[in-house]
Amino acid sequence: MQAGLNLARRHARARLFKSFCIAMTMFSVLILGVLVAQVSMLGLPWLDWDFLSSFPSRFPEKAGIKSALFGTLWLVSLTALFAIPTGVLAAVYLQEYAKQNRITRFININIANLAGVPSIVYGILGLAMFVRFMDLGRSVVAGALTMALLILPVIVIAAKEAIRAVPASLRQAAFAVGATRWQVTRAHVLPQAFPGILTGVILALSRALGETAPLIMIGALTYIAFVPAGPMDEFTALPIQIFNWTTRPQSEFHELSSAGIIVLLVVLLLMNATAVYIRYRGSRT
Amino acid sequence: MMNSTVSGSPGNSAEPDPAILEARNVCISYGENLAVNNVSLLIPEKKITAIIGPSGCGKSTLLRSFNRMNDFIDTVSQTGSMTFRGEDIYAANTDPVEVRLKIGMVFQKPNPFPKSIYRNVAWGPMINGMRGDMDELVEAALKRAALWDEVKDRVDESALTLSGGQQQRLCIARALAMKPEIILMDEPCSALDPVSTARIEDLLFELKQNYTIVIVTHNMHQAARVSDYTAFLENGVLVEYGETDQVFTRPANNRTEEYVTGRFG
Ligand SMILES: Nc1ncnc2c1ncn2[C@@H]1O[C@H](COP(=O)(O)OP(=O)(O)O)[C@@H](O)[C@H]1O
Ligand SMILES: [Mg+2]
Repeated sequence: MQAGLNLARRHARARLFKSFCIAMTMFSVLILGVLVAQVSMLGLPWLDWDFLSSFPSRFPEKAGIKSALFGTLWLVSLTALFAIPTGVLAAVYLQEYAKQNRITRFININIANLAGVPSIVYGILGLAMFVRFMDLGRSVVAGALTMALLILPVIVIAAKEAIRAVPASLRQAAFAVGATRWQVTRAHVLPQAFPGILTGVILALSRALGETAPLIMIGALTYIAFVPAGPMDEFTALPIQIFNWTTRPQSEFHELSSAGIIVLLVVLLLMNATAVYIRYRGSRT
Repeated sequence: MMNSTVSGSPGNSAEPDPAILEARNVCISYGENLAVNNVSLLIPEKKITAIIGPSGCGKSTLLRSFNRMNDFIDTVSQTGSMTFRGEDIYAANTDPVEVRLKIGMVFQKPNPFPKSIYRNVAWGPMINGMRGDMDELVEAALKRAALWDEVKDRVDESALTLSGGQQQRLCIARALAMKPEIILMDEPCSALDPVSTARIEDLLFELKQNYTIVIVTHNMHQAARVSDYTAFLENGVLVEYGETDQVFTRPANNRTEEYVTGRFG
């Protein structure tokens, strides 16, 4: 044994690769850091209770984000309500019940394709279907249905992957003691897949939180001085408000948009924290 | 039927044991690939029947067909007849769930539920609406599986904290809790160390009093040690089936002799 070991060179390459990975990680973190730092610098001075509890205004000092914040909470909650059960049940069907034949494969491929359709297309669909055809108007429910369509493929794909990762031996064990498909799914597959499904759901809802184009398409408003009282009310949402402020010439409004971004990020972080907490509780019982 | 001389009825003993399971001209394929080829055999009641043969010869496929665990593989198709106490296991009006209540299964790799030891045993009876004292039932099943003494103080702990051998005995307890008549075992010791294997083999002798056991094994010694009857499968064909003694010492078929002696070496 002497030929071709080249140990020194192999170790050197291994170290090189590791350094490369570290560098890439640092790069991503750095970009995020710069963004957050800049947004905080501009936005934090404006961020106070008044900002959160006031409606938009022509005057930067008086302008607030209340309607957009509540609009977003309404929108995301309703979107979750529509998209999570639909997406998870579709995934259960495709993974646990459907025969893995050509039709199922065709459906799977098309769901993957849907995940890549530009969001504006969902906006057009929502406008035609929910706003006009179903006559829901520019209501928050029309927005939520549109968003639900948009994130449905993401939820289905993530849930399917999570369900597929549940070992077949576990299902067999349950079937072998006389369980029905539903009992196996309910008692073993879904609990095992739950953390993965939750991760997918949070990713999808984060997307719904930040999407602007489809909402503008279906005609969500930019200026409203009320919070939605029900699902049929008109609404605006955080990204729309942020976008609107950035288009104003005055620099104060640009700073306001940074404050709005901070609010958006905090909502996002709270959602993620909830998911982490639920996963943690789930893993302990 | 019991006294018929169907090819593959075990043995040439004067008084054949009554059969509980019967396979007649069973062929099983995965798509185009024929895995079990025209197998007919009678499984005698309250005996241990071993199925041996080289890897990939269709042992697991045949075993799983007895309690319809092949139903979950989309590509499988099966012909021929299979009966449990004379009733067609594959009849249109036979509920596979009911079949699995009567015919339990233990798998190659221990596969306890990632739940407590207690729940592993209790879940099956619970979802099947069994009445009576659940604690008692769990204790009885664990005792029968020779696991009770080791776990009686920790039945609420996760089953995953048990050793591999203990997990496999837990899986046996889980099957026993369903009060089945037959237990199918697919190489139940192949993932275990020799000591755990010996414990499970001892257990098999105990269980034989009350249950019919069909065990797949790639281990010649194990088949010779534990079973009353042995079926030798090769390329999906049942080459020989008879009393274990006879199959190992005076095999009727050359192939069997080569396989059995080759392994005994
Ligand atoms: N799920 C499956 N899909 C397709 N072919 C399979 C499947 N399981 C087993 N087979 C094939 O069927 C044959 C018998 O397999 P198996 O019953 O597992 O053999 P054994 O248990 O004797 O090793 C093999 O050729 C194997 O490749
Ligand atoms: Mg096998």
